[in-house]
Amino acid sequence: MAWGRLRRKRDMPGGLWSKCKDCGALIYTKELAEKLHVCPKCGFHHTVSGRRRIEITADPGTFEEEFTDLQPRDRLDFVDTIPYAEKLVLAQEKTGQADACFAGTCRIADHPVVLAVLDFSFMGGSMGEVVGEKLARAIELAEEKKLPIVIFSASGGARMHEGAISLMQMAKTCAALQHYRHNGGFSISVLTNPTTGGVTASFASVCDVMIAEPKALIGFAGPRVIKNTIRQDLPEGFQRSEFLLDKGQVDLITLREQMTETLGRILAYTPHARKQPYAS
Amino acid sequence: MVKNEPAPRPSHHVLPFEQPIEDVRRRLHELEDLATQTAHDLSEEIEFYRDRLQRLTREVYADLTPWHRVQVARHPQRPLTSDYMRHLFTDLVELHGDGYFGDDKAILTCLATLRGRRLLLIGHRKGRDTKDRLSCHFGSAHPEGYRKALRKMHLAERLGLPVVCLINTPGAYPGVGAEERGQARAIAENIFQMFRIRVPILVVVIGEGGSGGALGIAIGDRVAMLENSWYSVISPEGCASILWRSAERKEEAATALKLTAGDMHRLGLVDEVIAEPVGGAHRHPHEAMERVADRLEEWLDQFCAVPVDQLLEARYRKFRDIANLEASAQVAAQAAAELDQEASVHDPDAETAPEEHPAD
Ligand SMILES: [Zn+2]
Repeated sequence: MAWGRLRRKRDMPGGLWSKCKDCGALIYTKELAEKLHVCPKCGFHHTVSGRRRIEITADPGTFEEEFTDLQPRDRLDFVDTIPYAEKLVLAQEKTGQADACFAGTCRIADHPVVLAVLDFSFMGGSMGEVVGEKLARAIELAEEKKLPIVIFSASGGARMHEGAISLMQMAKTCAALQHYRHNGGFSISVLTNPTTGGVTASFASVCDVMIAEPKALIGFAGPRVIKNTIRQDLPEGFQRSEFLLDKGQVDLITLREQMTETLGRILAYTPHARKQPYAS
Repeated sequence: MVKNEPAPRPSHHVLPFEQPIEDVRRRLHELEDLATQTAHDLSEEIEFYRDRLQRLTREVYADLTPWHRVQVARHPQRPLTSDYMRHLFTDLVELHGDGYFGDDKAILTCLATLRGRRLLLIGHRKGRDTKDRLSCHFGSAHPEGYRKALRKMHLAERLGLPVVCLINTPGAYPGVGAEERGQARAIAENIFQMFRIRVPILVVVIGEGGSGGALGIAIGDRVAMLENSWYSVISPEGCASILWRSAERKEEAATALKLTAGDMHRLGLVDEVIAEPVGGAHRHPHEAMERVADRLEEWLDQFCAVPVDQLLEARYRKFRDIANLEASAQVAAQAAAELDQEASVHDPDAETAPEEHPAD
């Protein structure tokens, strides 16, 4: 199914003016969207929805969505304040999508790739069965078509409402990535604000190249959990992209406006782009 | 035979739900003490309380809630990796360090021999006394712990030794240093690499299977859980404080998460449940550890005979298809059928009378 038909403006909804989540500046909403949701005052990269991410990353009109039949379900009969089954319906109504992941084929700076994107607006981009399965299938599609894969993450981690089924998606996605890598695959992980927990501790951290957007919160444990454990204030800039770069945890930081171009420059080095036999 | 053996008298840590058992035990011991000081024959009363103690223990343990099991999994007298190491394995050579940064005491790596079978033993280490526990961060590993485990797995691969992993962690350590050194990446790298370790990997959750911190050394050809262990995406307290906004709701969270061995097996997330002696592994630690050893022995013989490419393909498929969306209805139906039969739960009690289990 063509993704374009589903496209809706869902980022920074509401009024004419939007408030920057970092510096608090009031920005004309239309201007913020034109600037790819990056604050013109302070440069903060706001979280964008999965659809918007695809729109600003893929070459126009090239994205062909796959695996649209996957539907989440409540296999544990999980109930906290409301049943998980109801939460799913609410999230689906709010976002107009089945779950927190989009995947398909597209071109990025003219390079054919498989693109997978996590969507923070759907239950915090959390990874349950559907997200894990869709990622695994996307990786397998890349293996089958001998294409590189680019994965954008924005996620609070594994989805608690699916219990250890979510936990095992970490294993599933890593299994698929290992299979792909072993058969000559090439993967790029782009970490955006925020990416934590079971997502950073699985597929998002074992890709061949790791890119972060500026000032994105990226880590394993959330800052509040760490603060409560060590009972100390956290260092300035802790768990932000620049901190990770300094500690050797990511390969590069790339501005959103340069993301497509940068991905293209990296993809140009893949055997596929160099018209060489696919490495194995 | 237990009939003539005194009931265990350690300075036992009593869990709240165990109090009725403890009351009977205390009464029994009073009678036993009295019997040594008086000429009266108290053997009938003593016999009565012994029976009652056994029956009550069986009853209480037959009806544990998920939260009770979490408590049992954390019981201070429950056997730890270090106990398994000492009790089951011989010819131990502990190997320290990740080769880059440090030696994380929260993960033990050790060349070890189980009933004549040479292998690499890896396990979360919690520590028994306070000093020990602090040095192990209560079983919460840092990145160097995961990297140490991976490094030793590569060694095992070169030596052709199978790997046994004992899981017992509340979760990976949440701290500044851990994040600086790439906690997420260390765990991810282990999960990723374990799919290509060309020797059998056998995993037993012996206590707590806390999230990614557990999974980081738990990609195995066989993954089993002891009956009263738990395995989950998050601890009940962590889940309660996020979803209920109060850690006090941990009992509800424990139920909701389906974290018990039985639930995990029913959902198709682990291969097998190893039954514990009646009253839990903390009551009969040696018996519990021997049961684990029996299963390990069988798997070692089974998996070491599988050609390595076939082994890796099966390991990949198992986790690739875990909780498979399309197969899930099938898996659920199958699990329900198994639940009726309890066929695949390995329960030595089913074969031998429970009275025959030697007390520790
Ligand atoms: Zn701003």
